Amino acid sequence: MDVISALAQKRACLEKRALLAQALRDGFRHFGFLEIDTPSLIPAPAQEEFIETIPAGSGFLRPSPELEMKQLLAAGYKRIFQFGPCWRAGERGRKHSEEFTMLEYYAAGFDYRKLMGLTCEILAEAAIRVNGSLTLNYQGEEIDFSPESAEWLTVADAFNRYSPVALDDALAQDRFDEIMVVNIEPQLGRGHLTFLADYPASRAALARRSALNPDVAERWELYIAGIELSNAFSELTDEKEQRQRFAEAAAFRCAHGMNNYPEAEAFFAALHAGLPESSGNALGFDRLVMIFTDSDNIDAVKF
Amino acid sequence: MYSASDLRKGLKIEIDGAPWVITEFEFCKPGKGTALYRCRMKNMITGIGMEKTYRPTDKIDKPDLEEMDTFYSYCDGHNYVFSNAETYEELHVSAEFLGRNVYFLMENDPCHFLLYKGEPIEITLPTFIEKTITETEPGARGDTATNVLKPAKVDNGYEIQVPLFINIGDVVKIDTRTGEYAERVSKA
Repeated sequence: MDVISALAQKRACLEKRALLAQALRDGFRHFGFLEIDTPSLIPAPAQEEFIETIPAGSGFLRPSPELEMKQLLAAGYKRIFQFGPCWRAGERGRKHSEEFTMLEYYAAGFDYRKLMGLTCEILAEAAIRVNGSLTLNYQGEEIDFSPESAEWLTVADAFNRYSPVALDDALAQDRFDEIMVVNIEPQLGRGHLTFLADYPASRAALARRSALNPDVAERWELYIAGIELSNAFSELTDEKEQRQRFAEAAAFRCAHGMNNYPEAEAFFAALHAGLPESSGNALGFDRLVMIFTDSDNIDAVKF
Repeated sequence: MYSASDLRKGLKIEIDGAPWVITEFEFCKPGKGTALYRCRMKNMITGIGMEKTYRPTDKIDKPDLEEMDTFYSYCDGHNYVFSNAETYEELHVSAEFLGRNVYFLMENDPCHFLLYKGEPIEITLPTFIEKTITETEPGARGDTATNVLKPAKVDNGYEIQVPLFINIGDVVKIDTRTGEYAERVSKA
């Protein structure tokens, strides 16, 4: 099919995409969030083991707006959200596009559990606004968006339930991601929203470790119909621990020939000045549009 | 060697000394995790299927595959002999490998081979061949229905189901991919 006909055929999806964005914006405003825009071209992305960036001009196309949004948190912006393009090199597939739209939001004074509650409410309201119902049909499966039906499942329980290998063994054998993708993810978000929570500390990324159990990080990922939609943390506010994690990730990146980043000075200045206790979520907006439009390919819901 | 990022549907790879073709492919990557390349594949010799997941650092062997255009020459009593269209070198192929295709070989017809380590593993014949019907019950005149079939034989003994209006001496087209009747070319 030619490019123009393909775009014409996407019209219904793109119209729903616009409605969904509007419903979500209204939801965030209702809860007192300020919509902001941070730069797409950034000097120093976060040091992450498995996310590669696209170098551009004097810096990099952002793989996420996280570091800049945390600077706003440190500057006293208590509730912020942003829709914006992000780029991740080499990610291409049915659920991946090198360029995609992130919906990212932060709330000061929240922890990851409270942010789950807020996320449920905003998504439920959006489902009613866009779809006229709390129940969506996705690829022949009814998905209940009502907050009461949402499931909170720890990574440890998910491994007990669905994995052929124990969590500790999976980590020791470096098979965590493989088992997640092959055995666990397809079982999650079946009929309702699943918040897969409490990741092993080695998978904390930028999440703080639980005060009750330092072996796990206060992090969740939202799944609907087996699809990973978002990643949330109780944000790590400790400058020293953050520097340590970045150094470890930078060493991994160097050993694997990944792009070398300068120090994220402005981000560490924010941590030094004091990041409030807060929680944030990064949601792949295109994937949410896939769910809302019953599409099984990300290409169907974006230009 | 291929790297994992080369994997895609249709790619042919080698695992433990056998050629496999990828029939389904999915790029997977947990947001904060490593990329994984999930493949469903089919053994190109046995037809057996399996699933395998690759990591970004995995290297995958390339199979020693060769495509060859030939034309069919003759049967020497045991083997069927094809001539390389460029070099005229002979390729001897067993009846066992050819299976049903032995009935569809026509002298000088182009035949495409896929060879693995020099041995044929796949043959592609012209999609349609024409054969004359030598045996069948007399046709019901005026019955032009194509969905009611009766048995028939063609000049080399191949048995085929044909519509009722086909008679001995008619020339019919056979689809070599399915081995089934396609249409009537001419009446006796």
